[in-house]
Amino acid sequence: MSPLLQVKNVTKKYGGLTANNAISFDVAENEILSVIGPNGAGKSTLFKMIASFTPTTSGEVIYQGERISNLKPHIVARKGVVRTFQETTIFKSMTVRESVVVAQHLRAKASLAGYFWGSKTAKDDVTAFEKYADELLEFLGMSEISNEQASNLPQGSLRALGIAIGLATDPKVLLLDEPFAGMNHDETMNMVKLVRSVRDERGVTVMLVEHDMPAVMNISDRIVVLNFGEKIAEGTPSEIQSNEKVIEAYLGSVDDEIGM
Amino acid sequence: MLGFTSKQLVGVGIFLFVIFIGVPLIINATGRWDFYFTLTSVALLAIASAGVWLTFYIGRINIGQGAFALIGAYVSAILVVKAGWSFWISLPVAGLFAAVVAILIGLPILRLRGVYFAMITLVLTQVVTLTALALPITNGAKGISNIPLPSGISLLGIPILPDFAGMENTKLAFYFTACIIMVLTYAALYRLVNSRLGHLCRSMQQNEELASSIGVNIAYIRIVIFAISSFFGGLGGAMFGSIAQSVYPSSFQVADSVNFMLNCFLGGLGYVFGPMLGTLVLYFGWDLLFEFGKYQMLIYSTILIIIIRFLPNGLLSIRFDKGGDK
Repeated sequence: MSPLLQVKNVTKKYGGLTANNAISFDVAENEILSVIGPNGAGKSTLFKMIASFTPTTSGEVIYQGERISNLKPHIVARKGVVRTFQETTIFKSMTVRESVVVAQHLRAKASLAGYFWGSKTAKDDVTAFEKYADELLEFLGMSEISNEQASNLPQGSLRALGIAIGLATDPKVLLLDEPFAGMNHDETMNMVKLVRSVRDERGVTVMLVEHDMPAVMNISDRIVVLNFGEKIAEGTPSEIQSNEKVIEAYLGSVDDEIGM
Repeated sequence: MLGFTSKQLVGVGIFLFVIFIGVPLIINATGRWDFYFTLTSVALLAIASAGVWLTFYIGRINIGQGAFALIGAYVSAILVVKAGWSFWISLPVAGLFAAVVAILIGLPILRLRGVYFAMITLVLTQVVTLTALALPITNGAKGISNIPLPSGISLLGIPILPDFAGMENTKLAFYFTACIIMVLTYAALYRLVNSRLGHLCRSMQQNEELASSIGVNIAYIRIVIFAISSFFGGLGGAMFGSIAQSVYPSSFQVADSVNFMLNCFLGGLGYVFGPMLGTLVLYFGWDLLFEFGKYQMLIYSTILIIIIRFLPNGLLSIRFDKGGDK
C-alpha cells in the first residue's frame, strides 16, 4: 500500500540558515507519527511546510498522490490535511460550541448567498453543524464547557479545543503542535487517550510535534527524530530509544560530557 | 420571523415608527424644517459608517471610507449630468463602481494588517481628492454643480418613484429616501453578520491563521467584505451629491473618513446598529456644542476621550451585555 503522505527531500532555508535539510519520510494511513528533536531542530518549520503555511525552498510534500506543498493553507485544509496550533491560537471571544460550529464550514452545502437569504439548505446546514458540534464535544468530553467563552478556559481545555476545531473540519491527517506541553502527568495521560481515540474511532492519521518523551514513547507508532535540521533517525519507539545518534543528540556526545 | 425574537421585532417596529412617522410629526409640530436636512445627513453618513464597521468586523481599521463616498458621488453626478442617466439607476452603479475600485485597491493592500492597513486607507481619501482635481471628467476644483434632482421612474405607466423636481417638499422626500436606504443597508448588514459569512468574518477577526487552517479562504473573504463596505460608501456618497446637487473634490475629506471610523468606535464595534447610533450622537454632539464657540473642539474631544476610556465597547455596551446583540 502506498503511503498516505510523503515528505520528499524537503528543505527550508531562511537566508543563510538551513532550518530543514533534505528531509524525507512516509506517513502510513491510520498511524500516529511523532516528530521529535531538541529545540531548534526544525520540527515546527517542517509542520508549517506540510500544512503549506510556509513554502518549501526545495522538495515537496505529497498527499494521496498530489503535491500539497507551496499551496495556500486553506486549500490544503480542504484536501484534508489540517494543523492545530499551540493554545494561544484560538477564537478568543467565541464559545467552545461556536468555534466548533464555525470550523465545520467546509462541510457547508449552501452558498454564501443562500446563507444570506436563509435558504432551506442553509438552515439544514446550520442544524447539522450544531448537531455534529455537540456530538464531537461529547466525544472529546467537553460537553460541560461547550458554552464557555474560549478566553476563560484553562490551558488543558484550550488544547482540547484546538483539537476539537481541527477535528470539526473532518480531516484525514491532523497535525498536532505540542499537544502535551505544560501538562502534568494526569493531563498528559488523558490527552494521550484522547489522541488515540481520535485515531482509533475517527480514523484520523495523526502527526505530532512534541517534547514530552514519555508521552511520545507511549503514543507513537513511529518516530522521526530531527537534529539541526537533519533527520537523524526514524523508527518505532523502542528502536529510537536505543539509537545511539538520538541519545547523542539529546545528551550530547560522550566526549562533550566528560570534556575531552 | 427571519430569526428575530419578538423583543427584537418590537424594537425594530418602534424604530421604524419613530423615523418614518414620529420624526415628521415632531418636525411638523415644531416647524424646525432644517432638522430634515440634518437627519438625512445622519442617515447617509450612517450608511457609509456601516461599511467601515464591516471592515472592522474582519479586523481591519478602515480610515478610507471618504474616498469611496467621493467616488460614488462623482460617478452618480457624471452619469446624471453628462450621460443623462436617471439618478435611481446611477445610485447602484455608483455603489458598484466603488466596490470595483475597492477590489482593485484591496488586492494589494488587504494583505496588510493593523496600523499598516489603517495608514494606507488614510491616504486613499487624499488620493481620490487629488485625482478628482486632476481628471478632466470630474471638472477639477470647480466640481460638478447644478445636478438635477432625481427624476421619477415609472414601469408600464405606473409611477414607482416620484419625480423630485415636481415636489413641493423635497426635504421630506430626501429624508424618506435616505431612511429607506439606511434601513435596507442595516437589514442587509444584520443578515450578513448573522449568516455564515459573518461567522467566517468573526473567525478571521479573532485569528486569521487559525481561520485559514480550518479552510477559510481569508484573502477572498477580505476582498468581498472590503467591496461590500465600499459599496455602502459609494451609495451614501452618491445620495449626498444628489441632495447637495453638487460634488467637489472637497466634498469628502480625510476628516470625514476619520469621522466614519469614530462613528463605529462610539456606537460599538460589537453591535450591528452601533455605527448608526454613533453617527447620530457624533453629528448632533458636535452641533450642540456650537454655543461654546472656540471651546467647541476642546469639549468635544474631551468627551470623546472620556467615552473611549470608560466605554471601550461603545455606547451600546451600556444597554447590552457583551455579545448580547449581534
